[in-house]
Amino acid sequence: MDNNVRPIIEIKSLTQIFGSNPIKVLARVNDGMSKSDVLAKTGHTVGLRDINLSVNRGEIFVIMGLSGSGKSTLIRHFNRLIDPTAGKIKVEGEDILTLSPKELVAFRRHKMSMVFQHFGLLPHRSVLDNVGYGLSVQGKKPNIWKNKAKEWLEVVGLEGYEDQYPSQLSGGQQQRVGLARALCTDADILLMDEAFSALDPLIRYEMQTQLIALQGKLQKTIIFITHDLDEALRLGDRIAVLKDGEMIQVGTPEDIILNPADDYVRDFAKDVNRAKALKVKHIMDRSKNKIIDCDSVEGLNDAFKKHDALVWIKNNQLQGVVSKNRLAAYQAGRIDSPLLHQTSVKEKDYLQTVLPTALLTDHHLLPVLDSDNQVIGCLSNDAIAEVLSPSFDAA
Amino acid sequence: MTDQSWLNEFPDMSRRELLGIRKTLDGAYRDFSRAYGDQIEAFFDPLLSFLVWFENLLLNTPWWLVLGVLAGLVYFMSRSWKLSAGVTISLLAIGYFGMWDNTMRTLSIITVCTFLAIVIGIPVGIMMARSNRAQSIITPFLDIMQTMPAFVYLIPVVMLLGIGKIPGVIAVVIYAIPPVIRLTNLGIRLVPHETLEAATAFGATPTQRLFGVQLPLAMPTIMAGINQTIMMALAMVVIASMIGVKGLGQPVLKSITNQYFTLGLLNGLAIVALAIMFDRVSQSYAKRTQKHLGDVKNGQ
Repeated sequence: MDNNVRPIIEIKSLTQIFGSNPIKVLARVNDGMSKSDVLAKTGHTVGLRDINLSVNRGEIFVIMGLSGSGKSTLIRHFNRLIDPTAGKIKVEGEDILTLSPKELVAFRRHKMSMVFQHFGLLPHRSVLDNVGYGLSVQGKKPNIWKNKAKEWLEVVGLEGYEDQYPSQLSGGQQQRVGLARALCTDADILLMDEAFSALDPLIRYEMQTQLIALQGKLQKTIIFITHDLDEALRLGDRIAVLKDGEMIQVGTPEDIILNPADDYVRDFAKDVNRAKALKVKHIMDRSKNKIIDCDSVEGLNDAFKKHDALVWIKNNQLQGVVSKNRLAAYQAGRIDSPLLHQTSVKEKDYLQTVLPTALLTDHHLLPVLDSDNQVIGCLSNDAIAEVLSPSFDAA
Repeated sequence: MTDQSWLNEFPDMSRRELLGIRKTLDGAYRDFSRAYGDQIEAFFDPLLSFLVWFENLLLNTPWWLVLGVLAGLVYFMSRSWKLSAGVTISLLAIGYFGMWDNTMRTLSIITVCTFLAIVIGIPVGIMMARSNRAQSIITPFLDIMQTMPAFVYLIPVVMLLGIGKIPGVIAVVIYAIPPVIRLTNLGIRLVPHETLEAATAFGATPTQRLFGVQLPLAMPTIMAGINQTIMMALAMVVIASMIGVKGLGQPVLKSITNQYFTLGLLNGLAIVALAIMFDRVSQSYAKRTQKHLGDVKNGQ
């Protein structure tokens, strides 16, 4: 990450201890006493221990962990629904733990909004009134917030449902209302606490797609909590893995899969559909030794001393893949073209989408293009096979 | 010797000591009521004049006007012609059997008592819901109010204020207020945590949370409490008649002492009719204002 980019949220050595006298227990927790020892000796539960993280503006930061790992506790610190036992929370450089109750209310109204696992809608307010809730508590005039709420309802695809009550909607629709409510206040930061976990898989996938599309337009900073690694990999720009209240690893999705920090993360990553999570760029061969740049077919001859097949570029333009045998046949005049095939893949493609192409290609060599259609490397079937094999050990 | 008598008989306090305690307490209370009785009575004066005014209003207005207004009020609350017609027929029957005036007296005192119970009960319930300490202090008092025989707390009230309407109202309110307090407390505590968190996360102040989320969501439970309060207030009418509260209770009391079965039955039925009216009207009003819950029931 660029060091000049100032993180929008910074959390420093945050610790949360639940019990009658957390301050008293804090010293022992800081000394590294284990969670079970703390519980046995003091009756206190260590919710979070020494969490450090920073979230950059405009990214989707996923916090992942199993139930009881403290992820929902952690996200509630961002807008101080829970106050930490120790540590610092800075949002846009401002220490939010020093806010007065009045400032805190203003902070929650304008800086952050939140989407909840079980939607947290107000059952006695209509869908429209739910979406406009954030603006209505700010004291905005009804005609202003109703208009705005209507716009956001349209964005999430629920126009026509304005006068329904939440209980009349399906789970997926209710969470769309929850999302529209969160977006309606125009807050920069969106907290999503297991927002899609209560939905069935198909709807969940649909909501993820919608969130990705929305994020492309809105460029919010999103903190997303989930227990589902597939979801984390699909949505996250970066992922933090939480276990028993401790942060185990923070990294990009491919970091988590390819370089898990410990056995816990490795176990997590094992069951993941890597073809869906990894992109071509993560496993492609960036060395140029199978790429040859020359102006004429004749120039290719020298290159085939080491390889059977090569990617041929002419004037920065991909020509295609050439094989030794085909070149010989072409030069003997038996065929019209020395090219084996002209297929290529993009570096941003997921392995899943390139897999059929890769399987159908002779010699199993695919040129990889960047967004400007320049060849930046090549993908071999061996590399795909290696990363997708069950025995693949990331370490 | 006397040493072993505690084995056979309970080692109770001597009669003289007990008498002493009683005399001291009774004396102290008598002195208190002599010293402050007038002030306390003066404090309740506005309530008394309101009660008298309201009762006279119901008694002096021509019966058909009262009937019309009541039927209209019932329709306004419940939006149901059936209920409105039912109330009209019951009231006509009550009037035909010569119980109109007493019914109006009872109606006026029940209305005032219910109003007082709500005005006092809901804030107390809110206070209990907000603090566990308040809850643990108030709950035993509610237990006492509900289980202590009404006659026992009538004694000090009568000693202080004599017999009449005000002691009657106080007795009825003490007896009838616990349900509305308890159910307000319960209703607010049952509001889903996540819903409240959502309101907080969007920057609702504690007041906005109370009036915008907690009370509306607790309303079905609170309405059940108000309903119970009305029923208990009606049940107290007969007991209140013993300390001079006029209304349907007095003929019942007379019937008990003179063994007039029919008179007792008719007046008893009139009380039942009033109770059913209050119950149905308040229930259907509650249901109508909770329309967001209607579809949940149909959907499940």
